[in-house]
Amino acid sequence: MMNLLFASNGIDIGWGTTTAIKTAVVLGTIPAGALILGYVFLLKMMSHMQSRLGPMDPGGFHGWFQLVGDGMKFLQKEDIMPEDADKRVFAMAPIVVLISTFLVYVVIPVGPSLYVRDLNVGVFYALAVSSLSVIGVLMAGWASSSKFALLGALRAAAQLIAYELPLLLAVVGVVMQARTASLQGIVEAQHEGAIFGWDSIGLPFIFTQFIGFGLFMIAAQAELTQPPFDMPVAESELVSGYMVEYTGFRFLFFFMGEFGTAFAFSAIAATLFLGGWTLPGLDMDAEYMKIVGPIVLFTKIMLIAFLMFWARFTYPRFREDQLQKLAWKYLIPLSVINILVTAAFIVWI
Amino acid sequence: MTTDSTPMIDIDPRDMHHLAQAQMNVELDTGDMILNMGPQHPATHGTLRLVVRLDGERVLAADPIIGYMHRGYEKLTEYRTYPQITTLINRIDWLSSFANEVPFIHGAEKLMDIEAPDRAQYIRTILTELSRIATFILFLGEMPLQVGAITPAFYGFRDREHVLNLIESATGGRFHPNFNRIGGLKDDLPWGWTGECRRVLDICAKSCDDFERLIVGNEIFQARTRGVGIITPEAGLAYGVSGSNIRASGVDWDLRRDGPDYLSYKDIDFKVWTHPDGDSFSRYWVRLQETRESIKMVRQLLDKLPSGPVMAKVPRIIKVPEGEIWVETENPLGQMGYYIYSKGSTGPFRTKIRSASFSNVSICPWLLQGIYVPDVVTVLASLYFILGDIDR
Amino acid sequence: MAFKLPGVIKGLTVPFRTMTQPTVTVQYPHEKEELAPRTRGVIALKEENCTACMLCSRSCPDWCIYIEGHKEKAPPRREGGKERLVNILDRFDIDYGLCMYCGICVEVCPFDALFWSPEFEYSEFKIAKLLHDKDVLGEWMETVPEVEPLEAGAVAPKGAK
Repeated sequence: MMNLLFASNGIDIGWGTTTAIKTAVVLGTIPAGALILGYVFLLKMMSHMQSRLGPMDPGGFHGWFQLVGDGMKFLQKEDIMPEDADKRVFAMAPIVVLISTFLVYVVIPVGPSLYVRDLNVGVFYALAVSSLSVIGVLMAGWASSSKFALLGALRAAAQLIAYELPLLLAVVGVVMQARTASLQGIVEAQHEGAIFGWDSIGLPFIFTQFIGFGLFMIAAQAELTQPPFDMPVAESELVSGYMVEYTGFRFLFFFMGEFGTAFAFSAIAATLFLGGWTLPGLDMDAEYMKIVGPIVLFTKIMLIAFLMFWARFTYPRFREDQLQKLAWKYLIPLSVINILVTAAFIVWI
Repeated sequence: MTTDSTPMIDIDPRDMHHLAQAQMNVELDTGDMILNMGPQHPATHGTLRLVVRLDGERVLAADPIIGYMHRGYEKLTEYRTYPQITTLINRIDWLSSFANEVPFIHGAEKLMDIEAPDRAQYIRTILTELSRIATFILFLGEMPLQVGAITPAFYGFRDREHVLNLIESATGGRFHPNFNRIGGLKDDLPWGWTGECRRVLDICAKSCDDFERLIVGNEIFQARTRGVGIITPEAGLAYGVSGSNIRASGVDWDLRRDGPDYLSYKDIDFKVWTHPDGDSFSRYWVRLQETRESIKMVRQLLDKLPSGPVMAKVPRIIKVPEGEIWVETENPLGQMGYYIYSKGSTGPFRTKIRSASFSNVSICPWLLQGIYVPDVVTVLASLYFILGDIDR
Repeated sequence: MAFKLPGVIKGLTVPFRTMTQPTVTVQYPHEKEELAPRTRGVIALKEENCTACMLCSRSCPDWCIYIEGHKEKAPPRREGGKERLVNILDRFDIDYGLCMYCGICVEVCPFDALFWSPEFEYSEFKIAKLLHDKDVLGEWMETVPEVEPLEAGAVAPKGAK
């Protein structure tokens, strides 16, 4: 991909440098995305929804430096581990969560050929790899050598696994409509598609797959353990969450993992339902799309993240059993119905 | 002096046997877990310690341990004069502090056989109802916080600020007005206060509508609170639960209407709201409706506010004659009462303070049996106790 | 269309509307709020009125006012009259670490020597420094607001301040 960028200008870089640059870009996107989401939505949007201003002083202009300062504060804290903790597993747990986030970014396209890899099972790869974080959660709960942390981790793992299914099934409808599971292919299908013959805005799948969109957003909210599905994390008021023994930079990794995954899921939702990095009317293969594409995708990510965080700040949380009931009894049957209806439309219309 | 204003409901003595059952043996049992929601805890409103014995997710027994905030009010009143005590008792229920002064001053006035002038009674009623609005708006905001929604708490605090600023412009203190005196009030209202009050009431009414739209209609909130922590009328009355908690169980009892006359409640119309369910949702709903009712009451009072002095003729050094009196009022938290025993000096000989939250919390062992652990927080939040009121 | 939106969707409009309205935050060090004139911020002392009668210090619930005075001979008021004894105030300290801001002292003073002022920015790093003497209390007299008019329908008490 970078070859194309540079080959068109006559410079030849080897595969190793290309991979290194791609890795660096993705590794940089995770904290950058987490910081941007955290600042815009968690600090500023939440504050304005609560009729207050949020940080104003750090950095001078509306407190943009607050999260960076918080990150630096976390980095200089003492590294404490419980005495009975399994040290290696304890240290590896946040890294596993971060690795799963990193692997999701591999398939997200941001431009005409701006992606790390365009796998032809892109969608399923992304969702499968994001569920690796469950292992990280279980490792954290087990290694904390605390009865309550283990219970919290088991509850969190149960929630995450329960909501994997609606997440995946909601996306099947999109894949059926696009005839491909590759994310770049889905972007193309939306750009080239037509709504009952009217093709001036393409066919963003949100119009036909609105049920799938709703299910995806709800399941993504649960995957990120955000309110209204944050009982495993907020239960730390009462019992203990799985993250209770983590301080300092390990906690920072969990935090970055959560917001980085939020960024990634918003990107996937934007790609699957809103049309990705293209805009109707723009030529997909043009050179300027290499600049405009990322900007368009970023805007769409902000829109989806706005919806996610808006729901996060408004709703109370579900109890654990109500949460499971919602997933198994309502979301999964609804997503299966969605698949059947989509199939019916495709075959007969 | 007794009051025959308690409602006529037969209480089955067998409902009292769970008092004995709920006594908990705090030695560690190998099968069950003991969870200590300690004095410092984000979920309890202050320094309440709740020792809970769990079986998996269910509570087997719960034992509230109070006293972490005991400040010795009843002893303090033995060595203070009446104006000094008025200052101190503001701090019993600090969220609706004007309402704490009222029964005490009313009792002292009755012992002295002094009647405060009409204007003073009206202003006292207005300020009591404003305190009720202030504390209930805070409740409407912070109960959803315990259930998980973080935004309404800010709305609660923001809208309460308007009421507090109003109280500050009249009395000088936002939280601790210290405005009642034997015989009337310390000062009259400043210029423009009634207009400002009406404006604040409009803001509060809009805030109630916001809470209804944001929280009451929210299906997730209903799923968390409906059917959780049901207080039956018999058990509630047996434990002495009062105020909105018992009205939410269907008992139609309000001391403003049913008790002996005090302040100006006989001059205005108001409705007493009840709800048949008795669960946490109905406690929230009843307080929401009572806030709206208080707003209507203050508007009526402002329309009817008479002119005149705010202080009756009282001697310069106030010595309350010998006697005993029991006065109880409908405070925002419930039924609050003072038993004043005076021996003719400048301060009471002994005061007994009956605070509402003490009885409201006493139902916890009975109420928390068999419910899920996340619901413990919901139930405690819906009971709405203030630690200063429990421990005095 | 009699389609009822579920409550969860309707509830979303409230934070959205709040987001679009201005915030209520007063950014304190840079902006300050207007306080009501009756706000009980600090007690100021008008020394020339005080006769060291000790009424305020006796009626304080916390006993946080410390007064010392002595009697001095003063010239007679009229020609050929008797010499008088007047109270001179030596020390008038209020310990703001103990003060409850109840206002009983201001109320009982028969000579109008104590006043309330809305001034509140007098925090210290050490609690002992919260004991303020009569010079500081006298400085605060400048912050005491004017007596404001009462609401319509009020009857000013006889001999009102």
